[in-house]
Amino acid sequence: MSDMTQAAEAAIDTQSQEYLVFSLGSEEYAVDILKVQEIRGYENVTRIANAPDFIKGVTNLRGVIVPIVDLRIKFHLDKIEYEGQTVVIVVNVADRIVGIVVDGVSDVMTLTSDQIKPAPEFGETLSADYLSGLGSLEDRMLVIVDIEKLLTSEEMALVEQQAQ
Amino acid sequence: MDITEFYETFFEEAEELLGDMERHLLELDLDEPDPEQLNAIFRAAHSIKGGAGTFGFSVLQETTHMLENLLDYARQGELILRTDIVDLFLETKDMLHDQLDAYRNGAEPDPEAYARICQTLKQLALDELGHGVGSEPEADIAPPERAADETEGLTAGNTVGEGASEDQAHEAQAAETDTGWLRVVLLNVSDKDRELLVEELGNLGAVKEQHGDAARYEVVLESASSRDDIEAVMCFIVEPEQLDIAAIAAPTETTQAEAASVPAVSQGDAPASEAPPAEQAKAPAEKAPAQAAADDKPANAAPGNKGGGAKKKAGGESATIRVPVEKVDQIINLVGELIITQSMLDQTASELDVASHGPLVNGMNLLQRNARDLQESVMSIRMVPMDYVFSRFPRLVRDLTGKLGKDIELVTEGKSTELDKSLTERIIDPLTHLVRNSLDHGIEMPDAREDAGKPRTGTLTLSAQHQGGNILIEVKDDGGGLNRDKILAKAAHNGLAVSDSMSDDEVWQLIFAAGFSTADQVSDVSGRGVGMDVVKRNIQAMGGHVEIQSWPGKGTTTRVVLPLTLAILDGMSIKSGSEIFILPLSAVLESLQPSNDDIYSMAGNDKLLKVRDEYLPLIALHDILNIDGSEQDPTQSIAVILQAEGRRYALLVDDLVGQQQVVVKNLETNYRKVPAISAATILGDGSVALILDVADVNRLHRQRANAPRHAELTASRQEDVVHE
Repeated sequence: MSDMTQAAEAAIDTQSQEYLVFSLGSEEYAVDILKVQEIRGYENVTRIANAPDFIKGVTNLRGVIVPIVDLRIKFHLDKIEYEGQTVVIVVNVADRIVGIVVDGVSDVMTLTSDQIKPAPEFGETLSADYLSGLGSLEDRMLVIVDIEKLLTSEEMALVEQQAQ
Repeated sequence: MDITEFYETFFEEAEELLGDMERHLLELDLDEPDPEQLNAIFRAAHSIKGGAGTFGFSVLQETTHMLENLLDYARQGELILRTDIVDLFLETKDMLHDQLDAYRNGAEPDPEAYARICQTLKQLALDELGHGVGSEPEADIAPPERAADETEGLTAGNTVGEGASEDQAHEAQAAETDTGWLRVVLLNVSDKDRELLVEELGNLGAVKEQHGDAARYEVVLESASSRDDIEAVMCFIVEPEQLDIAAIAAPTETTQAEAASVPAVSQGDAPASEAPPAEQAKAPAEKAPAQAAADDKPANAAPGNKGGGAKKKAGGESATIRVPVEKVDQIINLVGELIITQSMLDQTASELDVASHGPLVNGMNLLQRNARDLQESVMSIRMVPMDYVFSRFPRLVRDLTGKLGKDIELVTEGKSTELDKSLTERIIDPLTHLVRNSLDHGIEMPDAREDAGKPRTGTLTLSAQHQGGNILIEVKDDGGGLNRDKILAKAAHNGLAVSDSMSDDEVWQLIFAAGFSTADQVSDVSGRGVGMDVVKRNIQAMGGHVEIQSWPGKGTTTRVVLPLTLAILDGMSIKSGSEIFILPLSAVLESLQPSNDDIYSMAGNDKLLKVRDEYLPLIALHDILNIDGSEQDPTQSIAVILQAEGRRYALLVDDLVGQQQVVVKNLETNYRKVPAISAATILGDGSVALILDVADVNRLHRQRANAPRHAELTASRQEDVVHE
C-alpha cells in the first residue's frame, strides 16, 4: 500500500504513473493502477435480462454484487472466448465496483508524461473522450483508457444518469 | 484510563433510559397506576442520576434528582398523578434529553431552562405535597428515607425540635450506619432459599438472631457491609421485592423495631393511606418520637432499597453493545463467504468413502450446521422491528391531541415487522410529518366528528408489513379526507398547471409540491407548506415512493413503500431455462400446473388462465426476461399465481426449486435499477440470483402487450383496486 502511495506521489512529482496493462485480442490497453482493486477469474456470472450485450451480468464478490462488463464486446472485437486466460479486472471508480472482462493481464508499467501522446480522434467505437492518451513504449503501443470516464458514461449504461 | 471514554456509553444508556421513562409515562393508567411501571420510571431516573453524578454532570444530576424525588412520592401513592403532572414529567424528560445533548456536545446545559424546570418541579411538590423537594445533589437519598432519618435522629436522644436541620439528620444517619447492625426481612421465601440466604448472610457478617416463617423471616446481622452490598448478593436468589433490609441503630432497639414490624408491613401494603412522611415525622416528634422512628423506618426505607436492587437487575437485562453498521455488514459478507466455502468442502467430502473418512464426514455435518446457525444469527443483527419507529408516536399523538383539543386514538399494527436499522432511522422524520398532518388536518374536532356521524374519538392507524420486495408503511386516519376543490384552487393559485379533469390520484400528488398547504390556519403543528415535498424527497432518496388515497368524509391513507436494502426475504426459488430467480414468498398465492382447458387466448398473443372462477393474465417469465431454453409449452410449465399492488396474475416458470430465506442485496450499489428485478441475492453455491419485482413484471408485460382490449382490461382492474 505504501508502495502505491509512493507511486502516486512520484506520479505527481515526475509526471509518471503506473498502469496495469491488459490485452483485448491483439491490442494492448492500460488503466491507472490506482483504480484497480483486484484481478480474478471469470466465473459464475448471472445474466441480467434486457441489458446491453456487453454487460455480462452480475457476480458475487465476497458478498457484494458487482456488474461485469466485457470490454471486448463493447469494443467490437472479433473473437470472444471465455477460457483459462480470461480474467476480470475489478476496478473501483466513482464509489462503485465494476468488473471488466479482458483477454489477459500482462504487466504493470510506469509511463512518464512524455511517453504519453494525445489520442487521435477515433471512430465511433471508442470515443477519444474516454482515452487519456496513447502510450508508446519502444515498439509497443498502449491505449490508455480513462476507465472512470468510460464506465460512468451514458453509453455504458452502468450508472443511472441523474436527472438534471 | 480516562473517564471520558465512558461518556458515550453513559449518553447512550441514559438515552435508552429516557426512552423507557417516556414509554412508561405514556402507558401509565392514571386511575390505577401499575406499581411496576412507577418503579420502572423511578429506576430510570435513579440510574440516570447515578451516572450523571459519576461523570460530574451536575445540572443533569440535580434535575433528575428532583424528578426522582417526585417519582418516589408517586410510587408510594403520596403524589396522586394527574394528566398535567405526567405532562410535566414528560416535559422534564425532554429537558433531561436536552441537557444530555448539551453534555454530549461538550457544552453546559441552558441554565435558564434548568432554573425554570427546577422551579416548576418545586412548585409541584409544594402544591401537591405541601413541602419542597430537595435539590441538593449531595443529599443523595430519597426523601422518605430522610424523613425517617430525621426521626431516627430523634430516637437517638438528640434534642431536636420540629425544624430538625438536614445536617443533623445526616449525622444521625451516619451514626446509624456506623453501628453495622442490619435487620434483613425475607418475605415469601421458600425454606430452601432461606437457608441459602442465611448462609450467604453469614458470609457477610455475623448472624445475631433469626426467626419467623416462610411468609416473613427476620435475620439480624452484624456486618460491615452496606445495605446495597447485601442486596446485590441476595438478588441472585430472590426478587428485590422479597427483601427488606433496614439498618438498626443499636442492638438494644432490635426488639422495638420488631414490635413495629407488623404495622410496617401494613404501611407498605397500603401506602396511599399514609400522610406524607414529613408530616408524619413532625407529628410524632411532639408525642412519641421513638415509636414513630420504628414505625417509619422500615416502611419508608424499603422502597428505596427495592429501587436499588431492581435497577441492577434492569441493567443486566438491557445489556447491549453498540457496533458500527459497517462492521456488521462486513461480518454478514464474510459469513456468506464462509457458507460458500463450506458448501464447496461439503461437495468434495461427499465424494469420499464414508467408511474410511467417518470423522471427516461427521465434522463436515457439524460444520454445516454451525455455519447455518451462524449465518442466521448474523443476519438478524441488522434488523430491528418497526416498533423502534412506532414507539415514538404515542408521545407525539398525546402532545398534539392535547394541543389541538382533539380526541385521537393511536393504533399500531405490524410492530414486529423487521426492517433494516438504517432505514428505520431515516423513515422517522417523514413519518412524523405524515402523522402530524393527519392529526392536524386530517382528523376533525370532536364536535365536527359527531356532526358527521362519526365517533368523537378519531383513529390514527400506523401499520407496517412486508409486501413483495418492499416494506409498506401506512399512516391512516379516519378524518375528513382531502378536499379536492381546495387543493385544485390552491394549486392554481400557486401557479401549478392543473385542470378539473385531473384524476384524484393526480390531484393528491399536488400536495407534494413545494410550498403547498391548504390549511386555513397555519398552526405550530403543521400548515406552513414546507413538509410534504420534503417527505416525498426523503422517501425517494431511500428509493421508495409515497401514495395517497383519500375519501371525502372517510379519511386519508398515506402509503409509504420502501424497498428493502438489507431485509431478509422469504423467497421461493424458481427456475426458467438454466436461470434461477427468487420470488418473494409473500406475493405467491399458489402454484399449479395449467391444463390446456384452462388457458384462453385473447386478442392474439395474450393468454388468460382460468383459476377457479377467475381469469388471470398468463405471463411467461422467459418472454419477459428473454430467457433461452425455457419450456415453451404452458401445460409442461408451472404457473405461479402472484399478487402485487392488488392485481393478480399467473407467472409461467419451468420449475419450483424450493423455499429459502435470502439476504436482499442491492443491485444499485454498483449497478443500476433493472426492470422487473427488485434486488439480488447470493445463493448457496456463491452465485447471484435475481429477485423478481412481482409488480414490475406485470407492468413490463402490460407495456409490451399493446393490445387495446388488454389495456382496457387492466384499466378496469385498476379501477377496482382503487375502489376496494
